[in-house]
Amino acid sequence: MKVALMVTCVNDVLFPGTGAAVVRLLERLGVEVDFPGAQTCCAQPMVNTGYLDEAVPAVRAFVDAFAGYDAVVTPSGSCAGSVRHQHAIVARRSGDPGLAAAVARTSPRTHELTEFLVDVLGVEDVGAYFPHTVAYHPTCHSLRMLGVGDRPTRLLRAVRGLRLVDLPAADQCCGFGGTFALKNADTSIAMGADKARHVRSTGAEVLVAGDNSCLMHIGGVLSRQRAGTRVAHLAEVLASTEEQR
Amino acid sequence: MSGTFLGMPPFPVAARAALADTQLRHNLAHATGTIRAKRADVVAEVDNWEELRVAGAAIKDNALRSLDATLLRLEKSLQDNGVTVHWARDAAEACSIVAAVALSHGVDEVVKVKSMATQEIGLNEALAEHGVAAWETDLAELIVQLGDDLPSHILVPAIHRNRAEIREVFRDRMAGAGKAAPDGLSDEPADLAAAARAHLREKFLRAKVAVSGANFAVAETGTLVVVESEGNGRMCLTLPEVLVSVVGIEKVVPTWTDLDVFFQLLPRSSTGERMNPYTSTWSGVAPGDGPREMHVVLLDNGRTRVLADEVGRQTLRCIRCSACLNVCPVYERTGGHAYGSVYPGPIGAILNPLMKGVGDDAQTDSLPYASTLCGACFEVCPVRIDIPEVLVHLRSRVVDAHRPGPPSAEALAMRAAGWVFGRARRLGAVERAAGLLSRALRGRRSLRWLPWPGSLWTGARDLPVPPRRAFRRLRSERR
Repeated sequence: MKVALMVTCVNDVLFPGTGAAVVRLLERLGVEVDFPGAQTCCAQPMVNTGYLDEAVPAVRAFVDAFAGYDAVVTPSGSCAGSVRHQHAIVARRSGDPGLAAAVARTSPRTHELTEFLVDVLGVEDVGAYFPHTVAYHPTCHSLRMLGVGDRPTRLLRAVRGLRLVDLPAADQCCGFGGTFALKNADTSIAMGADKARHVRSTGAEVLVAGDNSCLMHIGGVLSRQRAGTRVAHLAEVLASTEEQR
Repeated sequence: MSGTFLGMPPFPVAARAALADTQLRHNLAHATGTIRAKRADVVAEVDNWEELRVAGAAIKDNALRSLDATLLRLEKSLQDNGVTVHWARDAAEACSIVAAVALSHGVDEVVKVKSMATQEIGLNEALAEHGVAAWETDLAELIVQLGDDLPSHILVPAIHRNRAEIREVFRDRMAGAGKAAPDGLSDEPADLAAAARAHLREKFLRAKVAVSGANFAVAETGTLVVVESEGNGRMCLTLPEVLVSVVGIEKVVPTWTDLDVFFQLLPRSSTGERMNPYTSTWSGVAPGDGPREMHVVLLDNGRTRVLADEVGRQTLRCIRCSACLNVCPVYERTGGHAYGSVYPGPIGAILNPLMKGVGDDAQTDSLPYASTLCGACFEVCPVRIDIPEVLVHLRSRVVDAHRPGPPSAEALAMRAAGWVFGRARRLGAVERAAGLLSRALRGRRSLRWLPWPGSLWTGARDLPVPPRRAFRRLRSERR
């Protein structure tokens, strides 16, 4: 099985540690991962703001970069959702049947990290060690667009040393929403403040989620509040071991 | 008597004001949280809920696919039952039809069953211009009307008010509209309901003309259906001599048996009840029973425009349950007024732009963006309207409508992003520039202040500083 990492633009630019964690985790599980250098962005920022023409080049870059792989793995529920549910819309808009055909090949092969671990590799205990109290925020696109269900928490419960605490109103959106965070900044912040309040009420040391964009928002609020709670991507928790932390 | 949504600012501006109202925030969080939990409990009881949703969507889709024929069938059935059928292209036509009926009976007042269609067309204001007072008889609509307020929810229009505020409205305003509130009125729900009951009963017994909407219209039998919780609808539908019903053309279902599915879906989704307390059905004039004269106004007012939109037409399945409002994290914080329409929340964010068209006014164009696309609305919608899908579609329609003009800052930024993301080496160059910026910030891990538009982020959130090396760079160095 030829496996490619789709790191996502947000992780590429701001959170390279998450990409490195995915590679470390998958290699530990015996999966060799390529990083196709031609990849850029899933096009979601343009699509979700209404700019379909502007999304076409990114979708072309995506299908070119990932053609020929059996599986594409990404540490983002939101970007996986964009590939699986929106690339076809962009291809239709382009009027290019070749692009539509390429999208029909790459989209179904794209997996969010926990889907890949549980469904494709069939593992739940990835041999991780993370001795901290953790709250998990199920990001909306993982939860509702992809339907990852309890895969992330099954993976977390198998991590040694980790204590998972319940996050109140966990399934409520954190208020990030891509360009919503800027276009409706006040509402975004009101939602983020409530999410941060719930996170703080758990007493967790670390808030974990499968999307760094949402974590950037919640973490940004927590950091501004000097809350003393940090955020971490699920991949980084699953990648950490006693030897390598 | 009531306010108006005309001239409302775009959503972000209206939302900012609403978010600052701490009483509103508290009232909404409490009310939506309560209804949300009730709904979840009663939906969980139904094993085949998903099948019911699929069936509800299919029935509506079938009716919409042959809407012309189904409506003509409804018209024929209604006429056979002795009902006068009117067709209204828009709000103005519908209002003048209702006004003409009222004036032909020489009345200066009508009683109303809660109805979204009549809210949508601004019927109360139009009737007032003809010297006809329209009395709302639903408890929450009464609170809104007496308070010279605007509805903020489809089902619970006074959801933004708590019982202390309602007591004050009744105490101060009831006397001016009819029977006064009793002395020493408390804010106990039973006392408030009793005051409303006494106030409304006077109007029920006096009114000669009633105005309603309909939840469903059955083409096969010419039957209109109203579901309600308070019995005020039953009063309005049976006591007055004349009944005028304003019905959106999407309310039609082909057969009586189709109602079976909706009577299961609607109450559990809307009030969180297993069945609604009052279900009234009427099939025209019946000798010796109920109104002697019946009119039905079949209303388009933008609905055929919605039908013409391939992605958006699923919106016409909506049965106005308001489950999407109750679960929406945006609605929970801003309330309904910020949407500038009688249709607020996620359904309003798609229905208003679809009915009015986009590209003409900033308020309507702002609505499809009033969502994080979290998908909670789609999850609860009893007729499976994929609201996030329609929102994204409408955003592209808004953008496309503005393409001919000079590009906005946002459009330029999106063009630039599209160009950068078209080639990995362009993205790599941007990342190297970000790395230089990071070096200049000498080890700072987060930014607390940025100039506009970055200030939109840093106003209340820190922003991580990009690391010196992007992932792409780290990978290429490892090789």
